[in-house]
Amino acid sequence: MPQGSDNSKRLSELRMKHGRPPASPSEPTAERTETLREAQPRFRGLESGHRACQGCGEALAARLVMESAGPDVMVANATGCLEVFTTPWPQSAWRVPWIHSLFENSAAVASGMESAMKAKGKNTKVLSFGGDGGTYDIGFQALSGMLERHHNVLYVTYDNEAYMNTGIQRSSSTPHAATTTTSPAGKERMGKRHLKKDLLSIIAAHHIPYAASASVAYPADLQRKVRYAMGVEGPTFLVIHSPCPLGWRHDSALTIEVARRAVQCGLFPLVELDRGALTNIMPIREPRPVSDYLELQGRFSHLFNKKDYRAQEELDHLQALADHNIEIYGLRGEGVDPVDTTGMSHVKRGGPLAGRN
Amino acid sequence: MREALEGSQAIARAVALAKPDVVAAYPITPQTHIVENISKLVADGNLHTEFVSVESEFSAASVVLGAAAAGARAYTASASQGVMLMSEVMFNIAGLRVPLVMTIANRAVGGPLSIWNDQSDSMAVRDSGWIQLHCISNQEAVDTTLQAFRIAQETDLPVAVCMDGFVLTHTMEVIDLPDQETVDAFLPEFEFARALDPAAPKSMGTLVDPNYFPEVRHSHHAAMGKALAKIEEIDAEFEKVTGRASGGLLTVEGPKKAKVGIIGMGSVVGTMMAGREHYKKEIGDARIIKLRSYRPFPAKALRDAVKGLDKLVVIDRAISPGLGGVLGTEVSAVLSTLTKAPKVYNYALGLGGRDIPETTYRDLLQTIEDKDAPRFAVLDADLDKLPPEDR
Amino acid sequence: MIEYRIHGRGGQGSVAAAYLLAAAAFEAGFTCQAFPAFGAERRGAPVMAFVRIDEKPITLRSQVREPDYLIVQDDTLLLDPNLASGLKPGGAMLVNSRKPADAFAANFGGRIVTFAATDLANKIIGRPIPNTALLAAFLALSEHVPQDALAAALKGRFKGAVLEKNLDLIAEAAKAVEAGAWKETADA
Repeated sequence: MPQGSDNSKRLSELRMKHGRPPASPSEPTAERTETLREAQPRFRGLESGHRACQGCGEALAARLVMESAGPDVMVANATGCLEVFTTPWPQSAWRVPWIHSLFENSAAVASGMESAMKAKGKNTKVLSFGGDGGTYDIGFQALSGMLERHHNVLYVTYDNEAYMNTGIQRSSSTPHAATTTTSPAGKERMGKRHLKKDLLSIIAAHHIPYAASASVAYPADLQRKVRYAMGVEGPTFLVIHSPCPLGWRHDSALTIEVARRAVQCGLFPLVELDRGALTNIMPIREPRPVSDYLELQGRFSHLFNKKDYRAQEELDHLQALADHNIEIYGLRGEGVDPVDTTGMSHVKRGGPLAGRN
Repeated sequence: MREALEGSQAIARAVALAKPDVVAAYPITPQTHIVENISKLVADGNLHTEFVSVESEFSAASVVLGAAAAGARAYTASASQGVMLMSEVMFNIAGLRVPLVMTIANRAVGGPLSIWNDQSDSMAVRDSGWIQLHCISNQEAVDTTLQAFRIAQETDLPVAVCMDGFVLTHTMEVIDLPDQETVDAFLPEFEFARALDPAAPKSMGTLVDPNYFPEVRHSHHAAMGKALAKIEEIDAEFEKVTGRASGGLLTVEGPKKAKVGIIGMGSVVGTMMAGREHYKKEIGDARIIKLRSYRPFPAKALRDAVKGLDKLVVIDRAISPGLGGVLGTEVSAVLSTLTKAPKVYNYALGLGGRDIPETTYRDLLQTIEDKDAPRFAVLDADLDKLPPEDR
Repeated sequence: MIEYRIHGRGGQGSVAAAYLLAAAAFEAGFTCQAFPAFGAERRGAPVMAFVRIDEKPITLRSQVREPDYLIVQDDTLLLDPNLASGLKPGGAMLVNSRKPADAFAANFGGRIVTFAATDLANKIIGRPIPNTALLAAFLALSEHVPQDALAAALKGRFKGAVLEKNLDLIAEAAKAVEAGAWKETADA
């Protein structure tokens, strides 16, 4: 991108090409003949060549987010996998302005960036990215502050349910009974003792304009939620379930299938909240038992040890958690979905499953 | 018992031997294997402790503060950014004179982000009022950890045991772990006279106005001074029961008639010792001083250790931008009272984990032969990597 | 003191190989030191690990720049002609590869032995992790450390069926190379 005086012209070009509204009435609107390619806005805000593991759910989620967010954004990114694998000096995979400060402060840094935009009368959207560690735990205070002050920031958390970048240690987002390196299963423990923190309820209590959960297994749904949030003036929040083949111990070809089963069994409900009130859910037509989801992942393998009476107890507990989600969010959908644009009820994507059967 | 162990694994076992009541854990590279190994011991029933997985280092330090204040033996570990995040709490713990132990797995403080070893994290908190001990090897780190629990409760001061991240934490070597009986005999039950106790209620951390504050700080400084003798005494006791000393306040090696000395802290001193063996015939035989106790600073012992030297190379594993070296500046200050102090050459090496090769011994001695040798430099910086205006 | 450098890709067990070599040396009565060159590693990224073995305590902490031996766990790494830089004159390299040794001789001096460790590992333990097989072959070639020391080191780290299969694997691997072919380097 050329330096110097032509930045604003280039920015207008990019905005027209990728569907963002013009910045001011005097800016020309698009007059273009679209190629098929251009008709599908796919802005490569996150470029390929980064160093993520094979099958990384977070890399996929970030790419989908950036495609929908478009070029007129700036990103504050917490320490974690995404930050580390996208910016090995002297290279960067980001095609948008991007800053990494610390682990606990991306929401606070984003608040500052947004304040600068307000002060200068610009409307470049600020995005704040963090993993579950940087959001549920160490960055929680900064996030709450940002939401309370009503900054116009879209906060996206890539939830791979542990501190993956430092070697798979538990976070408060780690599901109950999952093995991590700091909540290992053993003679006196069955993995993480505590429940997965219900972050969305806490976000709901901040009564922000929009909050939602999404999953890499439902990319169209994810991108719709991003585009919606981008158009909201005020704080918005998105938590994206992002399987980690290394940390969850599943075949790297199964990332999407694992994510899909999490949604289909009720352990990761896809919901939307407007000022704290539930306004939309993705229905589960045929709920799967939680074991269908858990059995794909090595981090739950101790729950399938028939010789251990505790294993069945924990399976029952997790099933109860899933059933509870289905009930309180009203996730049961009856019959075939007339608007089943993703064809989930009928199509099995990706061919036969690699690895476990 | 002698075993081949990864450094972090050995530290976890040492901590378990000390039977802590409360362990607070927040992961940060390169300390992660320590807390992971401790949680494995807990999960398998080999260590019974309250293992608290906190949500940030700020809370890790706060949890151990609360635990120790309430009369429990408490431990945590951190590095780099984590030490910086908990630094406010570290000043608080020391200022309140609460005894506890922390491992600092030395790692560079960003920005920019670095996960590799230098000592800028422990340097950044040198004024917090903690006792700070540095270890040259994993054996020393294990032994010093065990001693630290006793030093802490006998001085009412928190102790940071510093070990170079990756270089020690992720290195497997032969380590002799004492058995439980030996440790039980060496380390008595945790005692803290001022612990929070309904039977003898005390208020801790009150507001202190200018009528009393200088006295508080003076007594802290005096306690650190008294800790010098304690550190030596406890090392001597440890040597009695295990046959191994950790170096007390500092150790000195090399020919009595040496004119050149090299001083440093941590694993780099081991590399200097190896370099000395390899290159002494070629370039000369220097005195090697290993500084173990950084706070309290052993001023008298250092002045004795440099007797007869014309030149002293001080290796820094951190810098203070705009001043130069940190250890080097302090050594110069402490030696300034000598009538014939050696000329100090202060060089920062291995910042952000750059490898320090065996040839460094030879290169250092060669550098200071030049009468125009710089008195401070980041010696291994390759200025060709920088544009001319940044050199 | 003997120094080794192990090259591999993240996920192939190169760091575990270094620790196992050190543990085996300890079982054989030596002092040892083993550590990785740490990066923000991801599966598939090149990794290095270092090992030192001696009869007295080892104080040196730098990375191994002039190894006596190289173990290369992934032959695609040899596309980088600088991979073997620093190998001492007379040093030797063991490469995990199906190709014969002269496929690599063009770019590398010193003695080279190739051995299809991944294939053997797949056959015996059912997983493509070549590290234990390579170590066994290496120890057979150099004879610094006896095979039963490696077996003892494995027993300290694995149990049950995984241990049994790995013990079978190392026995097979040791037979796949010429025993003692590198022995004279050990005395250098």
